[in-house]
Amino acid sequence: MKAYLGIDVGSVSTNIVIVSETGEILTSLYLRTRGRPIEVIQEGLKTAARSAPAGMIIAGAGTTGSGRYLAGVMIGADIIKNEITTHAVAASMLVPDVQTILEIGGQDSKIIILRNGIVTDFAMNTICAAGTGSFLDQQANRLNIPITRFGELALQSGKPVRIAGRCTVFAESDMVHKQQMGHRIPDIINGLCEALVRNYLNNVGKGKEILPPVVFQGGVAANSGIRAAFERALNLPVVVPGYFNVMGAIGAAQLAKETVARTKTTRFKGFAVTTLSFRSGSFECDGCPNVCEVVEIYEGDRVIGRWGSRCGKWDLEDAL
Amino acid sequence: MPKITFPRMGESYRAFKMLLNDMGNEVVVPSRPGKHTLNLGVKYAPEFACFPLKILLGTYLETAQAGADTIITTGGVGPCRAGLYAQLHHKILQDLGYEMKMIVFEPPRLHPLNFIHNIRALNKARLSIRSIIAHIKRAWRKVKALDNVEKLSHVIRPREITRRSTTRVYRQALNWIDEAYTINQIEEAEASALTALNKIPQDPTREVLKVGIVGEIYVLLEPASNLEIEETLGNLGVEVERSMFLTGWTRDNAWKETTEGITVKDAAAPYIPELLGGHGRDSIGNTVLYARRGFDGVIQLAPFTCIPEIVARTILPRVSREHNIPFLTFFLDEQTGKAGMTTRLEAFVDLLRRRKQIPQII
Repeated sequence: MKAYLGIDVGSVSTNIVIVSETGEILTSLYLRTRGRPIEVIQEGLKTAARSAPAGMIIAGAGTTGSGRYLAGVMIGADIIKNEITTHAVAASMLVPDVQTILEIGGQDSKIIILRNGIVTDFAMNTICAAGTGSFLDQQANRLNIPITRFGELALQSGKPVRIAGRCTVFAESDMVHKQQMGHRIPDIINGLCEALVRNYLNNVGKGKEILPPVVFQGGVAANSGIRAAFERALNLPVVVPGYFNVMGAIGAAQLAKETVARTKTTRFKGFAVTTLSFRSGSFECDGCPNVCEVVEIYEGDRVIGRWGSRCGKWDLEDAL
Repeated sequence: MPKITFPRMGESYRAFKMLLNDMGNEVVVPSRPGKHTLNLGVKYAPEFACFPLKILLGTYLETAQAGADTIITTGGVGPCRAGLYAQLHHKILQDLGYEMKMIVFEPPRLHPLNFIHNIRALNKARLSIRSIIAHIKRAWRKVKALDNVEKLSHVIRPREITRRSTTRVYRQALNWIDEAYTINQIEEAEASALTALNKIPQDPTREVLKVGIVGEIYVLLEPASNLEIEETLGNLGVEVERSMFLTGWTRDNAWKETTEGITVKDAAAPYIPELLGGHGRDSIGNTVLYARRGFDGVIQLAPFTCIPEIVARTILPRVSREHNIPFLTFFLDEQTGKAGMTTRLEAFVDLLRRRKQIPQII
């Protein structure tokens, strides 16, 4: 049986999926990247290999996310694609008539506008990471509440308190102030959800025409408080697809399938990559005043990928 | 003899250096802005100032440490703070203990006396007016040659078969033009540069997208400040056309507004009837013109906190809708990490390609 592998290496999570020829999701893993993408990719692939049904062969592989180049050279990807495109592809697979995608991950948040199945506009947070998963994580930690319970607590709130949403520093001091005044935790958390949504819509969603169906995905979509706040702010139902937290990986697998259909052959190195030794090194190039930090990825003693130079002179020609 | 320096904007320094040498000045050529430049600029500039102020301050400090004592720069018209940067830079440098002389060129069209006065101050070789004019003409020819060669490189790069071959030839060609001195030599160097670029093996079947670049002049003209966006786009198979080159800008401000300039104003008129400082109006007007010429998309480059470009950015969604052209904005600042920009550019290029393949349903 043929299947396709998709890996999304993000700042906070590394997600691995295996999708069958018919689009059925056979394996879906959501792992914490913990700042060690190489290790996590190898561990994840081991787990994925164990869970694979007998007789399954990987006919194509794709990578996405901010670690897509690293993952791509490690596993031998057929396609290395940016996360905006893969998220759009996955959402159109699972919700075929989708017109708006709200995506909030660990460090990034984005909005993607589709019309008739193709992306017509997108935006990504630029200067500021206010209102992304990392900030929620940090606040959950501070309040000593597991992040998984954040949403349910927010939904218990009768009356959200107003929290400043423009900047995480303002938001945090506002939260501390409100908590010391004696406001209830659920109200504060709900206020934070509303602030985050307000910031997202004013910042990332600014000037975009948000039409239904609206799909909400990315790690933060697990938070039912944020979803409810979106529904209130947009006055539209917001769909969270079943595989909301691995959508990028699903899109990468789908694009790998399309690529392999064209090239007829895969570059995937097989699950054996879990046993290879990978390591990285870096050096400063002194070719010009940029003094770029160039990173090299080794498989054994062989350099399989090299990037980080602004002029591209160190890039390996066939790595992409 | 005074040691003169000036802001670095792309490759134009090659022509300015020649002109200033001809007029009897010693020149300290500013080096390409890098990490060191940025660190210096950020350290001593007001936090909320825009990126060009910081990079330029860094450049001036570097050249001051290399012995420069005179800075040539431009003033400006309209409500954009860059018009005051010469004075602000001067004060900051003074505070840091560098006594630098500032020679500020205001647009000669509006301030002819300032121009004559400045030229006289720079005429250390006591040349006749006639020979100054001849030297300016030659330097101008060199800037034009540099611009023409750069423009062609943007056309060839997305079609090259071997990656980086265009960049390699372009770098070589810059040296040929740099070494040329007489008008004949400059024209010859330009011709061989264009021939060499055209000879690069190209893939004629490749489907190349066309993207226009609009925005603030400094981040448009100095690749070190925009993370070499034109080269990155070229490598993604996109032919870029920049809305601003030094030759066009100088013509508009030096003697007459060119016909292109007037068209840009007309094109922007329904959206921005007034000059709002900087190049905000040009960004809108050029976007309209690119749409009319059938370009696939537009990219706006702006320094973070740049008011004219922020105004343009808020109007662009309407322009984009009414003229059916996608756009993408980058606010540039200190970040040197290229990953975020690459991700957005790749997604934008994907969007434009899909749109081109399925044009009937949009």
